[in-house]
Amino acid sequence: MMSLRYLPLWITAALLCLLFGIGGWQFDGFASLAVVSNLFSDNAFLLIVALGMTLVIISGGIDLSVGAVIALSGVAAGLLISQYQWHPLLAFALIVPAAALFGALMGVLIHVYKLQPFIVTLAGMFLARGLATTLSEESIAIDHSFYDAVAEFGIALPGGGWIGSSTLIFMVVLVLVIMLMHYSRFGACVYAIGGNSQSAQLMGVPVASTTIAIYALSSVLAALAGIVFTFYTFSGYALAGVGMELDAIAAVVIGGTLLTGGSGFVIGTVLGVLLMGVIQTYIIFDGSLSSWWTKIVIGLLLFGFIVLQKVLSRRTALTAAAGSTAHG
Amino acid sequence: MTTPSLVLELKQVCKHFPGVKALQNVDLRLFAGEVHALLGENGAGKSTLIKVMTGALAKSSGDIYFNGQQCHFASPAAAQRAGISTVYQEVNLLPNLSVAQNLFLGHEPRRFGLIQHKKMQQQAQQLLLRFKLNIDVTAPLAQYSVAVQQLIAIARGVAMSAKVLVLDEPTASLDSSEVQMLFDVMRQLREQGVAIVFITHFLEQVYQISDRITVLRNGSKVGEYLTADLPRSQLIEAMLGKELQQLTQQQAATAVAKQAEPLLVLQQISVKGSLSDISLTVAKGQAVGLAGLLGSGRTEVCRAVYGVDVLSGGEIQFGGKTLILQQPADAIKAGIALCPEERKTEGIIGPLSIRENIMLALQARRGWWRYLPVKQQQQLAAFYIDKLQIATPDADKPIEQLSGGNQQKVILARWLAINPQLLILDEPTRGIDIGAHAEIVLLIKSLCQQGMSLLVTSSELEELVAFAGKVVVLRDRQKVTELSGDNMTAQHIMQAIAEG
Repeated sequence: MMSLRYLPLWITAALLCLLFGIGGWQFDGFASLAVVSNLFSDNAFLLIVALGMTLVIISGGIDLSVGAVIALSGVAAGLLISQYQWHPLLAFALIVPAAALFGALMGVLIHVYKLQPFIVTLAGMFLARGLATTLSEESIAIDHSFYDAVAEFGIALPGGGWIGSSTLIFMVVLVLVIMLMHYSRFGACVYAIGGNSQSAQLMGVPVASTTIAIYALSSVLAALAGIVFTFYTFSGYALAGVGMELDAIAAVVIGGTLLTGGSGFVIGTVLGVLLMGVIQTYIIFDGSLSSWWTKIVIGLLLFGFIVLQKVLSRRTALTAAAGSTAHG
Repeated sequence: MTTPSLVLELKQVCKHFPGVKALQNVDLRLFAGEVHALLGENGAGKSTLIKVMTGALAKSSGDIYFNGQQCHFASPAAAQRAGISTVYQEVNLLPNLSVAQNLFLGHEPRRFGLIQHKKMQQQAQQLLLRFKLNIDVTAPLAQYSVAVQQLIAIARGVAMSAKVLVLDEPTASLDSSEVQMLFDVMRQLREQGVAIVFITHFLEQVYQISDRITVLRNGSKVGEYLTADLPRSQLIEAMLGKELQQLTQQQAATAVAKQAEPLLVLQQISVKGSLSDISLTVAKGQAVGLAGLLGSGRTEVCRAVYGVDVLSGGEIQFGGKTLILQQPADAIKAGIALCPEERKTEGIIGPLSIRENIMLALQARRGWWRYLPVKQQQQLAAFYIDKLQIATPDADKPIEQLSGGNQQKVILARWLAINPQLLILDEPTRGIDIGAHAEIVLLIKSLCQQGMSLLVTSSELEELVAFAGKVVVLRDRQKVTELSGDNMTAQHIMQAIAEG
């Protein structure tokens, strides 16, 4: 039974190892610390945003606004730093709480008016993207000594590996989210709401504050991902992160989290993003394949995983039914 | 036992839903160290009272005193913090979480703010051992049977060291040894001074475990009694009501039923796990009442005749021919219709209009390709609104905006529109106001006169006596007796239910 619950996680991990093994066997330099550390630093923003998405999906919701929030926070950072000459840290200190407020508002709408998270966050997506484009249609270059320092900061690993600031930020976020989801009462409440929010309410879970906090947290992580994205591109751009909410959702599902909520693991999402990253790396190493093959493979993987989820949940339901009929 | 001290007191509590008065001026007194049985038939208001008491529903008026202080619970969480925990009728746990997580959700043992999973699992294991449950507490709850889940739900209530523990039908899914286990735990808690509210429809269990009884009927309190002072027959009388005399007089007229030919004959039908060896006959133009307490098999007989449950033995004859029912569609084809007990979930389609709700059965029988013209639909709807006196400004009002009694009439109209030979009504007057009761009784009578046969279950005995030509009494899923003519009085039915 336990193995059934962990099965999607194991499958993702196995696929990751398999693909990495094939790549390493086919291409020189594939199985190296440099490739692994690039995997993390190239995907740090996606990893961060997907962690937030994991939270939302475990609670039975969805957050379509994260890609637009990435763009908005990037544009805001670009404007504040380049145009208004703010210190980046000061700009971040404004952007992150603002994002929290944005997410909390969506949470309030979802909880108080019993609206579908899908539609509320879709509205949030248009709002944030529109706002970002209105602020600046052009990409805003960020040139600041702080950014140079951030780019240079890091820990060198043997074999050309490099743990940069983005990766470090991701790791801190990862540890925090794991603690939050698997070792705090808040996390237990998130799983409870995802299982059945009505039962959770009757069991004394503070559904309102938890729901609001979930969406606030997702937006905060998206804003943080947006900031990390500016570290990566040295610019803020209103069209950044288009469709990234979908990549995040895909990673969460491939990582074994149920879209219906109530079940999943934070670490699974990390494996999901890495698997997508390894596929991309493989295609780059191969050189002859179009990069769109990444999307095709991810599409196939998604199909595979949702079917697997369905089969597993039906299994669980069957064993439960068998158990109760045995009792009469 | 020491002199009992009052823990929780409800005074004059009312709860109104749109169109329904679910609770009217109900009092309830809970004493420390007592098991208090809360009794009443379906729709009497037990569950609503519990929900009001535990913060799941807001009361419309009235006061709640906890340890002598007036208080107000805004949510179940607030009530739980005060020490009132509830185990609801349906298991309200989370199937996706582990057993241990379910037991301790919101009360997890923590160190430095982090949940100690190991410690939580150990505590869960120990807690469940009190219930003689030795199971893997790390496995998801969904893996266990409903009975085990129910015990876990109760264990959760116990774990929160409650001062008041509410058990809403906890024994419905337990077998007898599990019930005894639960009673042992309840006795333990009683000795520790916990006030326990016990809701059940098994009267044996009431006499086995409870100290005090409050009876509700139609949303009002009938009375509070000490269990030792209340004989079983009086308890049943309190539950089913005793203003019977007036209506019983009218019965004489209808009881002179002509000896018509039988339409429906049940010959020793059994359904695995719910009915055994039930025989009864419904004549043409006759209304037969099914009486018995909840769980006695009333509803199960209806389901069997309507083809919802497949027979495991016996035979159904309908209009002289043997009828083999695999599904409700077979019954409908033969000319049998059913108005189910759960009006909200099984009967009405809330957002659709009255007209559309009335048309459903007729349209289904015609087949979806032969659409009934709107004009004709409107005529039919107008006809039934007039005939059944459905109180509505027009036929296009969504049915969910009607009162319970009027919704019931719309459902009746739905089935009358296909003109069935046998109409089964399962608790047609449940949860509707008194005025509508009388109208539905009259309607049943007039349908009989037009030659339709009816099979009606009701917990309102005076009503059964008023319209039925014969009452079949069920108990423990078996037929106890059949009453007709002068023998058919509410008093006799009650005796039969009580004594078997």
